[in-house]
Amino acid sequence: MSFLELKNITKRYGPLTAVGDVSLSVEKGEFVSLLGPSGCGKTTTLQMIAGFVEPSAGTIRLDGRDITRAKANSRGLGIVFQSYALFPHMTVFDNVSFGLEMQRVPRGERKPRVEEALSLVHLSPYAKRYPRELSGGQRQRVALARALVIRPPVLLLDEPLSNLDAKLREAMQFELREIQRKVGTTTVMVTHDQAEAFSISDRVVVMEAGRITQIDQPYRIYEHPETEFISRFVGKTNLLPGKVASATGAGATVSLAGIAVPVETAGLSVGDTVTLCIRPEKLHLTAPSNGLLTGRVADRFFLGSQWLYHIDGPLGTIMVVTPNDGSTPAEQGAPVGLEWSPSVVRVHRGAMAEAPDVALEVTG
Amino acid sequence: MSASLPDTAPASPGDETPVRRFPIAPLFLSAPAVLLFAALVLTPLFLTALLSFNQFDYATGRTGGFTLEHYLAVVTDEYYLEIFLRTFRISALATAICVVIGVPEAYILSRMTNPWRSIFLLVILAPLLVSVVVRAFGWSMLLGPEGPVNGALIALGIGRMKLLYSEGTVVVALVHVMLPFMVIPVWTSLQKLDPAVEQAALSFGASRATAIVRVVAPQILPGILSGSLIVFGLSASAFAIPGLLGGRRLKMVATVVYDQYLSDLNWPMGAAVAVILLAANLIIMLTYHRMVEGHYRRRLG
Repeated sequence: MSFLELKNITKRYGPLTAVGDVSLSVEKGEFVSLLGPSGCGKTTTLQMIAGFVEPSAGTIRLDGRDITRAKANSRGLGIVFQSYALFPHMTVFDNVSFGLEMQRVPRGERKPRVEEALSLVHLSPYAKRYPRELSGGQRQRVALARALVIRPPVLLLDEPLSNLDAKLREAMQFELREIQRKVGTTTVMVTHDQAEAFSISDRVVVMEAGRITQIDQPYRIYEHPETEFISRFVGKTNLLPGKVASATGAGATVSLAGIAVPVETAGLSVGDTVTLCIRPEKLHLTAPSNGLLTGRVADRFFLGSQWLYHIDGPLGTIMVVTPNDGSTPAEQGAPVGLEWSPSVVRVHRGAMAEAPDVALEVTG
Repeated sequence: MSASLPDTAPASPGDETPVRRFPIAPLFLSAPAVLLFAALVLTPLFLTALLSFNQFDYATGRTGGFTLEHYLAVVTDEYYLEIFLRTFRISALATAICVVIGVPEAYILSRMTNPWRSIFLLVILAPLLVSVVVRAFGWSMLLGPEGPVNGALIALGIGRMKLLYSEGTVVVALVHVMLPFMVIPVWTSLQKLDPAVEQAALSFGASRATAIVRVVAPQILPGILSGSLIVFGLSASAFAIPGLLGGRRLKMVATVVYDQYLSDLNWPMGAAVAVILLAANLIIMLTYHRMVEGHYRRRLG
């Protein structure tokens, strides 16, 4: 039996279902991220685990104990809030000590534990400061120390890094993971930032419109997105609509506006409408005569370690990312060929949804 | 890239030296308020202060000149001392009751969701639309010998009680009038509170009461402080409520000033009492402010 188990959790607000039938098992010591665009229900799910929102249906079990209706202040979970929610009138030391005080830990034992937690997040010299005298990153660490000092069975992180600037966020990602490994606390994090979710989680739970659409290890979600939505939301992708022209046992050929493309997906039948999904970094630029597709460089963007090309061709604009190996990049307007290995092509059944690009929509 | 950038050098030769102009706009913009304040507050205050040093004779009236006798009279006369003490006692009591009632009221209000919040905010503010005099008469009808309260007391067999013209009645009526001035600043500081902070306290195992006492209350202290100052200041200088509900016997400072001006026609004496009230009020409020806010300045900024 899993350490933290959500079973058919549902939250309705009147006619609106914020979270529908969410089931999730988290093992002890695991780092799981709930990933999805704003309004997908990930924060509501976290709040139900925390006890701030009562589920309309379903059960939540922690270490075998049913906590579905337990009050927030009896669950003993450590929570890091998006706004950090530090107590502004207390020093860093008192902030961290608060949870221990509430657990009636004797005074003599409190001090070493607070000091230990503060040294874990490298804030020992700041114990006597007030939150408003700290930088954003330091406040974040105080929030983390305050949540960890009570040795919670589960650590809940609600968009913990979203208020930090890009560079600090990256540094904190790795530090967060390092700390989590060190203390071994089971952790559930909510985020809308896929890079954040991928880099530090053991497993990622992708949510869409109140439902879980995929639970898997980060690289598997990236390489094998189960739905077109996930392939759009997670990283950049090229989506190409087509029809199955011929099918054998282990593979098929898909016709994209008359261009035949081999795929390695089994179980397709001739005439099926499909959408092919190819990551930009899986495409290679070659001479026009060698490519499966040909096109012209419409735009190119230098990203430092990589080049991002927009290639105009018979299937519209296709994104290609190539590593910057130091060679001269393709010129704007130059004719190029595109090639790829059939194994990198993912096939989604059905026509392409006319949805806006979710990856661009998600900003905060 | 640089070729396509707009010129960053001075575009026109006449603009080369940035002129550091004297900031006349702020002065100009604040002038109307300053003039109004000077004409309507500072001038009468100054004239009152001047008046309080004038000599007075019951036969000839105000005679000008300079004397400290009115101040000496107030300071040495136990009659005045008692009135001042009573005024500050009543004001402090009204302020304390306003804190006890107003702070929970504001907290409950802040936790309501619309439309109830708007409705109850309106209910709290509505009494301000009715004149204080009208409300004072309302209380005197309610608490009078033939009023409904005494009617109920008689019906219950307790018997008629003398409710009007007592300190208790003045305090109750002052609380009624002053409550919005406590609720609004506290409510405003509650609005600025991050709701997650209270949730955080709960998540660390605090009971709701502990969360309120340890986490919410200290953060709204500035609101309670400004509410207390407003209520205390207005109560100490209140005139209509003690005038109508305190009657002739239960005098407060403002009613004494009125009597001096209009019954005794001793304007300099009235002015001296008014100036002392102002000074005492300022001293009490500044001390209170320093005590409470100084304590929290570093923490809450």
